[in-house]
Amino acid sequence: MQPTTPTTTPIVDLASLPAGARGIVHALQGGHHFVARLATLGLTIGATITVLQNYGHGPLMVLVRGTRVALGRNEARRILISPAR
Amino acid sequence: MAKPSLTQLHCHAEHSTEVPIALPGVLHIALAGQPNVGKSTVFNMLTGLNQHVGNWPGKTIEQKVGTARLGDVEMVLIDLPGTYSLTANSPEERIARDYIIRERPDAIIVLVNAAALEHNLYLVAELLQLPVPIVLGLNMLDVAQQNGVQVEPHVLEAALGIPVIPLVATRNQGVRELLEAARHVAEHPQAFHPNRPRVREPHAGVLAQVRHLIADYVPAPYPQDWVALKLLEGDSEITALMRQQMPPEVWNEVEALLHAHEDAFLDIVGGRYEWIERMVRAAVVRPSRGPITLTDRLDRIATHPLWGLILLSGIFGLTFWFTYMLAIPVQHWLDVRIVEPLANGIRTSLAAAPSWLTGLLADGVIGGVGTVLTFLPILVIFFAALSLLEDVGYLARAAYVMDRFMHLMGLHGKSFLPLFLGFGCNVPAVMGTRVIEDRRTRLMTIVLTPLVPCTARLAVIAFLAPAFFGRNATLATWGLVTINLAVLALLGILTHHLIFKGEHPAFIMELPLYHVPNWRTIGISVWHKTRAFVRKAGTIILLFSVVIWALSILPSGDLERSFLARLGQLLAPIGSWMGWTDWRLMAALLSSFAAKENTIATLGILYTGGGENVDLAQRVATALSPAAALAFLAVEMLFIPCIATTAIIRQETGTWRWSVLSIALLFVVSFGVGILIYQGALLLGLGV
Repeated sequence: MQPTTPTTTPIVDLASLPAGARGIVHALQGGHHFVARLATLGLTIGATITVLQNYGHGPLMVLVRGTRVALGRNEARRILISPAR
Repeated sequence: MAKPSLTQLHCHAEHSTEVPIALPGVLHIALAGQPNVGKSTVFNMLTGLNQHVGNWPGKTIEQKVGTARLGDVEMVLIDLPGTYSLTANSPEERIARDYIIRERPDAIIVLVNAAALEHNLYLVAELLQLPVPIVLGLNMLDVAQQNGVQVEPHVLEAALGIPVIPLVATRNQGVRELLEAARHVAEHPQAFHPNRPRVREPHAGVLAQVRHLIADYVPAPYPQDWVALKLLEGDSEITALMRQQMPPEVWNEVEALLHAHEDAFLDIVGGRYEWIERMVRAAVVRPSRGPITLTDRLDRIATHPLWGLILLSGIFGLTFWFTYMLAIPVQHWLDVRIVEPLANGIRTSLAAAPSWLTGLLADGVIGGVGTVLTFLPILVIFFAALSLLEDVGYLARAAYVMDRFMHLMGLHGKSFLPLFLGFGCNVPAVMGTRVIEDRRTRLMTIVLTPLVPCTARLAVIAFLAPAFFGRNATLATWGLVTINLAVLALLGILTHHLIFKGEHPAFIMELPLYHVPNWRTIGISVWHKTRAFVRKAGTIILLFSVVIWALSILPSGDLERSFLARLGQLLAPIGSWMGWTDWRLMAALLSSFAAKENTIATLGILYTGGGENVDLAQRVATALSPAAALAFLAVEMLFIPCIATTAIIRQETGTWRWSVLSIALLFVVSFGVGILIYQGALLLGLGV
């Protein structure tokens, strides 16, 4: 499933992506500590990310570098995603 | 095996002139790995039961040390805390890297989960920047296969340039090979030439500049290259260390350089993942479109906002059912068959001794032993249930499902579990907060835990409520539980907004793949946790029991004129604001500090002189108006944590501060709520 096309929505935050969507981490908005914690779980700029679960409220589940990662909604809002190539 | 080369290892040699001289025939091997790689199972496999559990010096984090023999070589295995990386962001990470740098083990065994290889190699990338040879244990190949992931150990070994040993922990395969490989690299460190991740341009040049500037100031035993790298990464601990070590004018130069390259951290991390991608490219075959795996199917239910909640309540309901079915009868049996006969035996055999001595032993000491002993069945079952749920991978899902609710209190999903455990007993609940990595969130959860009504308190309510409220007893009980949870939520929301200004702890958590549990690991974990409780908390509980007993008997020998009674009389004015007609209720309440169920025993002595307990509840009821009775039960439910909980808070936080804070807070809160209930009822003219 490819819900977005590169031309209509270039950059969105992770929290707004529906389940099944794929994208590439474009930017991480937060302090050193936040970025470091994301990095150790594989969430770095350039990583391909697949949304496994997003009910529009509560936490999200994503797949990154072969591992399932749970993210609070606040955290997901601070991760900017560009469309998968 | 990696092909040993004969050239000298010199990349980190500058500052490691003093290699620790190990005892002949003894090798120190550290076991490292990220969480969820099956590290405890492998540690148990490597060491059998030859292990010692303690704490890391000055920390409340568990340290396991074990031994293994390989021919004539003895190997001491040190289990490092499970960490995702080696930054200074958590106490566990600091312990792991400090151990490697300061103690310089002869080799490190890094364990990775084959199903999450890209992820797990991040720690390997960091470890390779330290001057200790490494062996890779490739675990959970079976889980990887079930998920359609194929890993070629030999290809990975060739790429990394370090020995890679496949393991099937559940079948004990690969243990000997792993120890042999570790021994080989430990004995031939000069032949260890791994493929290390490198820092890319433009930051490689900056790194060289930093290294040059700090060259003369890096204190032993820190490797200079590593310190330079950590400075560039913005590591807080190393930055503070070097600022202190260097003359200000040189440090300012370093700082200016680091400031101009603040983005270096992202580049270094990105470089590590690029290195990982290169390492696994040929070794791992991952299906482009993953099959619908067991984990996917289970997660459709387990992490669903509604079904997940239902499943969660079912699992916890089952846990409690088990506890009641198994622990309560065992507890009763221990009490009747062990504790009472022991106390009676002491009384008869010491009949000639002074009464204070028999009292001290039979009531004080045996009373304390009894408390510890009767805690055990509940603890064992809770620990077992928890270890099982954790080992199969479910616990992370429970945290995920509850995250949205915990957010209201400024906590996140991981706090739910310990709090829920509190319904059984607050002691394992406080121990259960270990799953929370962020210290602030963990402390807040610990402070809130005693507000969860445990089985002992519910037993007191179950005994008194029918006499106090007749047909409305069930309603009153639910009301009391609701009050406790409401106070918990309110305190949580207040601290969140007033003290922490609404700042949310970040909820970022790995959800491991589900897999078959390892019973041995669960068994050993239950054994260690139970033993730790008996050893540490047990001693404090015993001591307190003797003190409480002494307070209830000194100075004259009977409870009615004891210090406890006097303390009750001293606090009686507070009781009078809640409609309590005399000091006896206060004394009974105070005695619940030893153990919550003590309230009943103390009421028995004070109201019936220790005689028949049959109409005890009735007798107490006649002395109280319904409003005063409700206030009494509410205070009992919210009152200060019991000795065991106080002791475990001390053990888990490492200081008495949080135990004292918890006691003070609940002292004020419990009486506050009691007074509010009674005065409110007076105002409305209800039940007075």
